[in-house]
Parts: sequence; structure tokens; C-alpha cells
Amino acid sequence: MKGLFLTAVLNFPLDLSPLWISLRIAAIATLFSAILGTAAAYGLERYRGPGRSLLDSLLLAPLVLPPTVLGFVLLLLLGKQRPLGKLLDLVGLNPVFTVYAAILTATVVSLPLMYKTVRGSLAQIDGNLEQAARTLGAGELRLLGRITLPLALPGLVAGTTLAFARALGEFGATLMLAGNIPGQTQTLPMAIYFAVEAGDFGEAAIWTGVILAIAWVDSPG
Amino acid sequence: MNCWQGQPGRRGDRRGPVRWLGLGLNSRFRLGSELEIPIAQAIARAGQEPSFAQSPAQPPAQSLALSVDITKRLPDFTLQVSFTADQRPLALLGASGAGKSLILRCIAGLERPNAGRIVLNGRVLFDSAQGIDLPSRDRNIGLLFQNYALFPHLTLPENIAFGLPRGLSPAQRRQAVAEQLAAMQLEGLGDRYPAALSGGQQQRVALARALARQPEVLLLDEPFSALDSHLRHQIERDLHLRLGQFPGIALLVTHDIEEAYRLCEHLLIIDRGRTSAWDHKQAVLANPKTLSAARLTGCKNISRAVTVGPSQLRAIDWNCTLQTAAPIPACLTHVGMRAHQFGFLEALSPDQSLPNRFPCWLTSWSETPHRMTLYLKLHGPPTHGQDYQVQVEVFKEKWTVLRSLPLPWSLVFPPERLMALGEDVLEMDISSTGQSLAAIHQLS
Repeated sequence: MKGLFLTAVLNFPLDLSPLWISLRIAAIATLFSAILGTAAAYGLERYRGPGRSLLDSLLLAPLVLPPTVLGFVLLLLLGKQRPLGKLLDLVGLNPVFTVYAAILTATVVSLPLMYKTVRGSLAQIDGNLEQAARTLGAGELRLLGRITLPLALPGLVAGTTLAFARALGEFGATLMLAGNIPGQTQTLPMAIYFAVEAGDFGEAAIWTGVILAIAWVDSPG
Repeated sequence: MNCWQGQPGRRGDRRGPVRWLGLGLNSRFRLGSELEIPIAQAIARAGQEPSFAQSPAQPPAQSLALSVDITKRLPDFTLQVSFTADQRPLALLGASGAGKSLILRCIAGLERPNAGRIVLNGRVLFDSAQGIDLPSRDRNIGLLFQNYALFPHLTLPENIAFGLPRGLSPAQRRQAVAEQLAAMQLEGLGDRYPAALSGGQQQRVALARALARQPEVLLLDEPFSALDSHLRHQIERDLHLRLGQFPGIALLVTHDIEEAYRLCEHLLIIDRGRTSAWDHKQAVLANPKTLSAARLTGCKNISRAVTVGPSQLRAIDWNCTLQTAAPIPACLTHVGMRAHQFGFLEALSPDQSLPNRFPCWLTSWSETPHRMTLYLKLHGPPTHGQDYQVQVEVFKEKWTVLRSLPLPWSLVFPPERLMALGEDVLEMDISSTGQSLAAIHQLS
């Protein structure tokens, strides 16, 4: 243990870019997840038509699938030899092996957590409250802004926290789609994995400490 | 529709003038003792333009009217009601699950009927034929929810201000909220949240919130069901006063006949989605006419019955033949007698010609603070504790007299108190409608 810390301190001024890259990717992905997840939860909570449970399982799929499966599916879609990937390549927007790919995978894996948490808290709202607001002259926007979202706020907060933690920790799908390019797509989990692989336990320990600190700040409650 | 009365605005004559005239129940001509015909319906059927100058109960020009004529299919039954309400409070009375609350929700625009029409003061809120379905927010209807539905994350003044029109300045909003708080005696509660209020206070906040936007109709859905029984009395009196001051139309949904009777003038009795009685409360109580209306108005004694003479019927479950004061209608299936309307002959009367008196034996009794409920067996002594045919309510004073008398006692069914009852939905035949029309022409 003593040796480990010594190495870490000796290595000190080390490249902090994985921390900033991770925080930036997680923050942007959480923002997307929060908006998309809340919209999906609100929509599906009200939708009564066919395909309701199919949409629900589709939204929850990233939660139950291994991240490498997600990464593989996304590569199949966006790979440079694939139709969609070729099309994006043509306009210069193919995200594979860029930071945008990392944002995409982090969004995909964090979305189900946001969606599920918000939907649970929407389902708990007494339907009479929304109906009362309607009889009191509220339009749908005012209803959403003054009644529904404020009442679902605990779920929104919890969902955002979980989504951020999940986005920060994303490894498998990101490695497959965004790669491990230091200074560009190398996130904290990436840096830990490759530090360990290179036998640099000191650096891995520092990044682990950083992740623990962020997780402690981020933990709900 | 039953065989005694035609009700205004029944389905099928939807184009009749009854929709927009907003006739109250008092616009029926009384013809003879039993025959009541709503004039609007009669005129609608005759296809004539109404001439209301002669009508003894013409509503004032500015009168309020809510007319509801809706059909909604439910898993168990079809809700099909048609009624009008004016400024006198109307109670919708029915057992739980009869569809009463659903009617309110249809009026408020929270549920969509399958067919029909809802018109409020000349404004069409819903019309399936014309494809009109105003959203809830544009109907200007105040609904007091059973659980009050106060917004838990808004303070008391914020709750009340929620329904105020958007265009008001902050000062006007404060003023409007202050007025409502004063009217409901809620001053001094400050910026509390609903969870910090008592049940009665919550109800007043909900009422203030509904009234703040000056609705044309106030719908009350079982307003006392969420309250402790000891709170109910005072709160019900408060509500009674406020209903009296409310300038619009008030509808109360309840399953409690006493509550309905105290708060409203008219009763509409709903049984499995159908109207089984609709009249002034005294008329409904005195003559419920249908089996379900009798039960819902608290009639404890009901027996199957068959007609044996023009004013004589046989009560099968009571095993006796009874004289009635009024002629027996053709659709009689049951006879009812309210528990407090029996008579006892304390001393053996020499007058043997007195009708409807029978020897009875006491099976059991139960005590309430001021009254006794006696369970009686007619014609012979009871064989076990559940062997009784009628239940009779008497005051304690009467009970002390009765218990000193030897059995059997002499129980009297006063002929004028017997209620002839029919099964519920029976179409009025065409010939009687024709006669009624002729009678109306004679009157005018």
C-alpha cells in the first residue's frame, strides 16, 4: 500500500484530462437523458394505445443488456462500412471514435434509469390533482409546469442522479464505439482499465479515488 | 321511465324545447291525484311551439339551467340519465357504483360520454351529434373532489389563486384570494400547506378554490365522506349556508338520503346508471314509486305484492291483505312502509272495522339514543331470533308504554302511508301519453 501511494505521488503532475472528459461527457449525456427520459416517461404514462409495453421494454433494454452488446449494436448501425455510418461519414458527422460517440453511449445507458424513475414518480401522482387543475382552467402546458413536474420533482432529482452516475461509469459500449484516445475519448473508467493493464496501479488508484469522491457527492439522499 | 310519471327530457325527444328552456321540476301540471306530466315533454311530443305565458311556474328570464342527457357504456352497465337542474340544489342519490360520480365527471369534462348532450345556460358543453366537446378548462365548472384534491406543493393562498383568470394583476389576485379566505373563515392560516390543515379546513380551501373563478355550476362529489363523523354536522351546516349564497347551479352527489335531504331541494335517484326517481325531495320521500328509490330513500320494510282490488293488495312477504288510500297502479310489484310510520293500538280497540291492523309479536329490538328499533313478527309468535317480518321505529316514550303491554300487540299499517312500488324501467304506454296531452290542452 505504501509503495502504491508513493508511486502515485511521485507520478503526480499527471494528465487530468480523463477527469474533465468524463465530467463533460457525463454532464451532457445526463442533460439529454433527463430531457428524453422525462418526455418518454410523461408520454408513455399517458399513452393508452397499442405497443405500450413494447415501447416500455425498448426504453428499458439498455439497462438489461450487457454494455458490449449495446456497443456492438451501435457499431453495426454507425460503423464506417454501414449504410447509416456511410451516410454520416459523407456529411462529416460520423461520431465513431470521437467524443460524440462517448456522449451517445453514455446517453443510451443512462436513459433507462431516468425514464424508469420519472415514470414511477409520475404514476404516483393522484390523478385527481391533474383533473382538478383542468377544471380550474389550466391548459396542458400550465398543468405540466405548475402541477405535474413539481409533483414529480423527487423522481426527477433521483433519476438525474442515477443517470449521471451511470453515464460517468460507462465503459464497455464507450470503448467499442469511442475507443480509448487519450485527451479525446479517454474517460476515467478507461484510464483506470488501461493503467491497470499497463501495471500502473498508482494511477489506477488515484482515478478510483476520484470516482469514489464523485459518486459520494452524487449519491441521492 | 316508470308507469307513474313521464320525466322531462327523456332520450329520444332530444330536439324538444326542454333542453334549452331549463324547466324546473315545478313546471309539471298536476292532474288529479297521481298523474303528473312534464309540460315540456308533452309539448315536445305534440311538436308545437311552447307558450309559457300561462305556465304557473315560468322561470325568470335570467334563470339558470343545466341540462344533461348522456349515455356512457361501462363494463357492468350503461349509464343513461337525463335531467335538468336550476338554481335550487339537486342531489344525485345512489348506492356506490351506481354512476353518480361519473355523471359529475362527464359534466366537468373529465370523462367523455358515448352519446348525448350537455348544455349549460344556453352554452353547449358537449354534443355527440355535433361533435362538440369543450375541454374541462373552458367549461367554467367547479368540482369539489371527494378527497378535495388540494395541490400538496402549493400553499393555501396559492391553491386558491390557481383557478383565478390569467389576466389579473398581482394585487387583484391577492384581493380575490383574501375575499375567498374571508368568506370561508380561513384567515389566519397564512401560508400553510394543505397537509397542515384539518379535514374541514381542507374542504373549505377546496371550496374556496373552486368558487374563486366564479363557476356557473358547482359539483360536489361526496363532500363529507373524507371527514370524521363528529366533524360532519358543523361542516355540513357551513356548506348548506354557502350553497344558499352560491349564485349558480349546485349538484351534490351522495349515498346518504339524510345528507341529500338536508342540503338539496330536489332528488335524482340513480340505480345502476338509470334514473329511478326525480322530483322534489318531499314527493320522492312520500312516494318513491320504484323499488330502488324506496330502498335508497331508506325504506326498511318492503314486501312483494299483488293487486287484489282497486285499492287492495296482498303483501306476500308479510302474509296479509292491505287497504291503500290511493288507487293501486297497474305496474305494482312491491309495497313499502317506512319504519317510523307504523301505528300501534295500545288498548284493544272496539272498532273492529279499522283497516290494516294485525297482531304482532316482538322478536328482538335494538336501541339508539332516542329511538328503539323493534323487529316484529306478524300473525304468530317468532320461532327464532331472526324470525321477523317488519322493523318499526318508535320513540323511547312509546317503547316504555309498549313493553308494559302483553303480546301480541296490535300493529297498524296506515293506508295513506303504504307506498305502492314498481320495478324500475317501464315504458309509459302511448295511450296514457295521449290522454295527458289532451288534459294539457284542456288546461291551456
